[in-house]
Amino acid sequence: MIYTEIALFAVLVAMLIDLFVLKTRLLLTALFWTSYAIILPFQLITNWWLTSRNIVMYDADAIIGLRIAAAPVEDLLFGFALVLAVLTMWISRDPN
Amino acid sequence: MLAFTIVGSFWLEIVLKVRVLARFKRVLESVLPIALLFVVWDAYAISRGHWHFDTKQILGIYGPANIPLEEYLFFLIVPIAAIMTIEAVRSVKKEWPVKGKRK
Repeated sequence: MIYTEIALFAVLVAMLIDLFVLKTRLLLTALFWTSYAIILPFQLITNWWLTSRNIVMYDADAIIGLRIAAAPVEDLLFGFALVLAVLTMWISRDPN
Repeated sequence: MLAFTIVGSFWLEIVLKVRVLARFKRVLESVLPIALLFVVWDAYAISRGHWHFDTKQILGIYGPANIPLEEYLFFLIVPIAAIMTIEAVRSVKKEWPVKGKRK
């Protein structure tokens, strides 16, 4: 699998865990989307930093080629999956 | 980049008293399983050449699976920053439900 496929798969898995496995349903809350809206610009800045300076470089055959703020669009999926998965775990362990 | 993320989020621990670092055990239980999955992904992507790093711009210290130290730190620090963010939003929007309702 290339980066594009793995990234889409990771987003799907994170969504399934949130909605059906741990049943936190963060995807249905203003809390999650507000938090993600805060995180996203910072992710774009760090993506841009890491890719525009060629700290991280990508195989052209592993990505579809669409770039946002210098970084492959796949990075946004990667970040979304990471953030959703971690916050799902965190909220599922909320004692309240 | 890691320093930027720490500076950008960890002040919430003090100013908004989100008390994320104080709940260290829950942080580890939430972050480590997910970090492990992403490390596996990272190892695969590096081995297949999906991405690679400029050796002049990293410390040059490598952990298991030929993954740079910075990557391991990334998978710990970024999730903690995300947790601090959602807790900060919770602290100013206490009336918002934490979980989505069953439809």
